[in-house]
Amino acid sequence: MFTFLLSKIEVGSHLYINFPNNLHMHGETVIVSSLVVLTLILGLILGTQDLQKIPKGPQNFAEVVYELVKSIAFTQMGPSYYAQFLPFVATIFLFVLGSNLAGALIPWKLIELPSGELAAPTNDINTTACLALLTSLAYFSAGLKIKGIGYFKRYIKPAPFFLPINVVEDFTKPLSLNFRLFGNVVADELTVTVICSLVPLIIPLPIMMLGLFASSLQALIFATLAAAYIGEVIE
Amino acid sequence: MVDSIIAAASVIAAAIAVGFAGLGPGIGQGNAAGQAVEGIARQPEAEGKIRGTLLLSLAFMESLTIYGLVVALSVLFANPFVGG
Repeated sequence: MFTFLLSKIEVGSHLYINFPNNLHMHGETVIVSSLVVLTLILGLILGTQDLQKIPKGPQNFAEVVYELVKSIAFTQMGPSYYAQFLPFVATIFLFVLGSNLAGALIPWKLIELPSGELAAPTNDINTTACLALLTSLAYFSAGLKIKGIGYFKRYIKPAPFFLPINVVEDFTKPLSLNFRLFGNVVADELTVTVICSLVPLIIPLPIMMLGLFASSLQALIFATLAAAYIGEVIE
Repeated sequence: MVDSIIAAASVIAAAIAVGFAGLGPGIGQGNAAGQAVEGIARQPEAEGKIRGTLLLSLAFMESLTIYGLVVALSVLFANPFVGG
């Protein structure tokens, strides 16, 4: 076959980085996500370095990003609280967007690893689980910070017998965030890989475009939902 | 023998999971898109707002299908019942 130049399709195999005490890391996820974080930091430092009244160059980009995340946080949390949770929402949005686009735009398949393959960091369920858990941690602490102990009144609203449903909801929120992001990214990559193995030329392009669109939409949705969960507990 | 029966059942289960997970959201997305087209036809100047809301809600419905896909993938590639 002609595909021997590329790395193989592998699901569930990873490049393990081992530390002595039974600590394993998924190497490809760590590598790509550190690249994403570095790129984001560099881009944002460049964009905010010498701020001017009339933006030019990278400052335009930074302002567009800021206005987008600000509108997400503002519509979900209202004018009085959005400012203190804006950094969290912006971080989540930028990291998810960056890692989804990194998986979709950079031809990682040209680089061959001993095992596993380089792909979007959100392709690994551990990354998305971590993001989802951070979100639930954020809304817990937001509720406790703003409402104090009165936060727990939320669990017996609208009536005391709603308590189990409200408790279960705390577990299903991170679970659904996690599966939504992971499933969408994996579905995109699997579709592209399967179609590439059937027809390698031209035909996969529209699917790739759709994947690019869907992955930026997923970043928007993840950030919107995180902001909505925070807004729900503090209102 | 038991393993091969479990493997065969897993493949069927994955197919059913994806198939039925696609059914409901498909109907829902069709409804939403139809209503959006109607809204745009009635009020063409509201197209931008309608498009944004439509895309966001379509992505939410899409995620229900994705849950089915995640179940199918875990049954196919990370099946807890095969091989102990």
